[in-house]
Amino acid sequence: MATVGLESKTFEKFADVVGHDDDLNYLNHDHSVLSWLFTLDHKRIGLLYLVTITLMFLLGGALAGAIRLELLTPKGDFLTADTYNKAFTAHGIIMLFFFLIPSIPAVLGNFLVPLMIGAKDVAFPRLNLFSYYLYFAGSVIALTALLLGGVDTGWTFYTPFSSTYSNSYVIVMAVGLFVVGFSSILTGLNFIITVHRMRCPGLTWFRLPLFIWGIYATSVVQLLGTPVIAVTLGLLGVERTLGVGIFDPRLGGDPILFQHLFWFYSHPAVYIMILPSLGVTSEVIATFSRKNVFGYHIIAFSSIAIAVFGFIVWAHHMFTTGISPYAAMVFSLLTFSVAIPSGIKVFSWLATMYGGSISFGTPMIYAFGFLGLFTIGGMTGLFLSTLGTDIHLHDTYFIVAHFHYIMVGGAIMGYMAAIHYWWPKMTGRLYSEFWGKLSAGITFIGFNFTFFPQFILGYLGMPRRYYEYPDEFQVLNVFSTAGATILAVGYLMPLVYMPYSFFFGEKANSNPYGGSTLEWTNTTSPPSPHNFEKTPVVTEEPYHYHAKEAAVVSH
Amino acid sequence: MATTEHSTHQPAALSLYLLTFGMLMFLTLLTIFAGFQNFGMWSTPIALGIAAVKAALVVVIFMHGYSSSPLTWIIILASMFFLTIMLGLMLSDYMSRGWAM
Ligand code: HEM
Ligand SMILES: [Cu+2]
Repeated sequence: MATVGLESKTFEKFADVVGHDDDLNYLNHDHSVLSWLFTLDHKRIGLLYLVTITLMFLLGGALAGAIRLELLTPKGDFLTADTYNKAFTAHGIIMLFFFLIPSIPAVLGNFLVPLMIGAKDVAFPRLNLFSYYLYFAGSVIALTALLLGGVDTGWTFYTPFSSTYSNSYVIVMAVGLFVVGFSSILTGLNFIITVHRMRCPGLTWFRLPLFIWGIYATSVVQLLGTPVIAVTLGLLGVERTLGVGIFDPRLGGDPILFQHLFWFYSHPAVYIMILPSLGVTSEVIATFSRKNVFGYHIIAFSSIAIAVFGFIVWAHHMFTTGISPYAAMVFSLLTFSVAIPSGIKVFSWLATMYGGSISFGTPMIYAFGFLGLFTIGGMTGLFLSTLGTDIHLHDTYFIVAHFHYIMVGGAIMGYMAAIHYWWPKMTGRLYSEFWGKLSAGITFIGFNFTFFPQFILGYLGMPRRYYEYPDEFQVLNVFSTAGATILAVGYLMPLVYMPYSFFFGEKANSNPYGGSTLEWTNTTSPPSPHNFEKTPVVTEEPYHYHAKEAAVVSH
Repeated sequence: MATTEHSTHQPAALSLYLLTFGMLMFLTLLTIFAGFQNFGMWSTPIALGIAAVKAALVVVIFMHGYSSSPLTWIIILASMFFLTIMLGLMLSDYMSRGWAM
C-alpha cells in the first residue's frame, strides 16, 4: 500500500469523512487571549500544556547541551564542578517533572480522552484548568529556584546531603515539585472519573481504545503515587527548616528511609512516563498496519499489571545502599516480574504487524524507533535487576544509558509519534511527510550515537555525575557529545515544520490516516467546540479494519 | 461525585460533627499524654493505634464514609491495602537487616 499523508489519499476511501472545511471549530470559534487563558475546553487546555511543556523541553535540552559540552574533554574546562552539579540537577528535574510526566497525559490525554470515549469534555473541566495553573505555578516556583542559584542535589534529593549539607535552594525547588505534583494528581483523578462515568452508549470497557487503557493505568499511578513524593518532600523541608529528625542519623533518623519513600514514588513515576507511550504505540501500529490489535485484552491487562507491579519493585534502586540482603533478593525477583507485561506488549505489537498492510507514515517511523529503543532499555533493566551485576553497574554511565533508552528512546519517541499522529486532528493541517520522516530518522540515529557509548562507558567504570573523567574515556564521550548534536537537530526540526504546517499546511480531512477510533470517525479536523454533533453510539470493537475494508472492497 | 443512586447524602446532624471533633481533640491529648509515658517497645504501636482511630473517625464521619456507596468503600479499602504494601515491603528491609547471612 502507498504511503499516507501528503503524497496519497489512499485512506480516504476507508474513512467516512465528516464535516466541512469551514465549519466553526474549537480553534477559531473565539480568538481572544482570555478565551484561551480561561478556557474550560479540554482541547484548548491540551494545547496550553503543549506550548508550556515545549518551552520546558527547550530549557532542559539547553542544560543537556551544557552537560555534554563539559564532558567533551576529560578536564573540567567549561563549567565549574558546582555549576555542573546544578546543571544536571536542573536538567533532570525539568525533563522529568516538567516535561515527561505531563507530556502525553496532559497534552494528548486532555485532547483525546473525551474524544476517544465520545464525551463532550472531561468530568471536571474547571478542575482541569486548575490543574494547568498548578502546573504553571509549580514551574514558576522551580524556575525561581534556578534563578536564585539552583539546586545541587541531583533530581533524587538524597539525604543527608539534601537535608543537612547542601547550601542550595532545596526548599524552593521542593515547593515547586509539591505544587506540580498536585497538578499531576488532579489530572489523574479527572481522567479516572471521566473514563468511568462519561463513556458514550455502547462503549464498554473492552471496546475502549488501548490509548485509553494506557492513560487510565497512568492515572491510577499518578493518583496513588504522587501523594507519597509530596509528603516525602514535605518531610525533607521539615527536617531542613525545623531540625526534626526523620532522615538525619544524628537526630535519630534514617537516610535510607528517604530513598525508600522517594523510590516508592519515583519507580512508579517512570511508568507514568512510559505507559502513555505504550498506549500510543498500540494505536499507531494498529492504524498503520490496518489490522486489529493482536491480543487486545492482554495488552489492556498488561497496562494494569505494569501499574501494579510498578509499585513493588522500588528497592532495586537501593541494592548498594546497605539494605538487607534478603529484602534485596525479594526486590530483585519482583523486578524481573515487571519485565513480563512489557514483553507481552512488544510481542503483541509484532504479531499485530505480522501479515498487516503496513505503511510508513511519520508516526509509524517514530513508533518503530520506540519499539527498538524501548526494548533495549527494558532488557538492560534486567542487567540492573540482577544483584551481582548491579553492584558493578550501579551509579555508572550504564544507568544513565539505561534510563535514557527508556525515557528518551521510549517515552519521547512515543510522544513524538503521538504528536505527529494526532496533529491533523489537533490542527486540521497536514505537516510535511518528508520533513517528518527525516526528523524521525535523524532522532533515531542521533539518539543511538549519544547513548549507546554510555553503556560501554558505564561498563568500563565511568561513574555518573562527575564533571571530569580519566583520559581513556574521552573517545566514547566525544561520540556521545557528537550524537547529542545530531539528536538536537532531530528535535529542533519539528519545531519548524509543525508550526509552519499549522499556518500554511495542506488542510487535513477528518481522518487522514484511516484510523478507526471515535476521534477519527466521528469528529471533524479540528473538532468542533463540543466535539460531536450527536453523541456517538458504539457497536463494535475499536480496531475493526477487516470488516471495514471488506465492505469498501465489495462496493 | 454526583451519583445519588447508592448514597443518601443526608447531611449529618451538627451535633455529630461536634462530637467527632471533641473525640479527635481528646485523642490528641491522649497521644500527648502517652508520649510522656514509658511503654517500652509498645510506645510506637500505642501512638499509631490512637492515630489509626483518629483517621478512621475522619474517614467514616467527616468524609461521609458511613453513607457512601460500596464502590467508595472499595476505594477506601484499596488505598489502605496500598498503604500496607508500602509499609510492609519497607519493613521487610528494616526487620531483616540484622539477620546473619
Ligand atoms: C519502563 C520504563 C523504565 C524507566 C522509565 C526506567 C527508568 C529508570 C531510571 C530513571 C533509573 C535510574 C534512576 C537514578 O538512579 O537516577 C533506572 C534504574 C534502574 N532500572 Fe529502570 N526504567 C524502566 C524500566 C526498567 C525495567 C523494565 C527494569 C527491569 C526489569 C528496570 C530496572 C532498573 C534497575 C534495576 C535500576 C537501578 C539500577 C541502579 O541504580 O543500580 N528498569 N531506571
Ligand atoms: Cu526503578
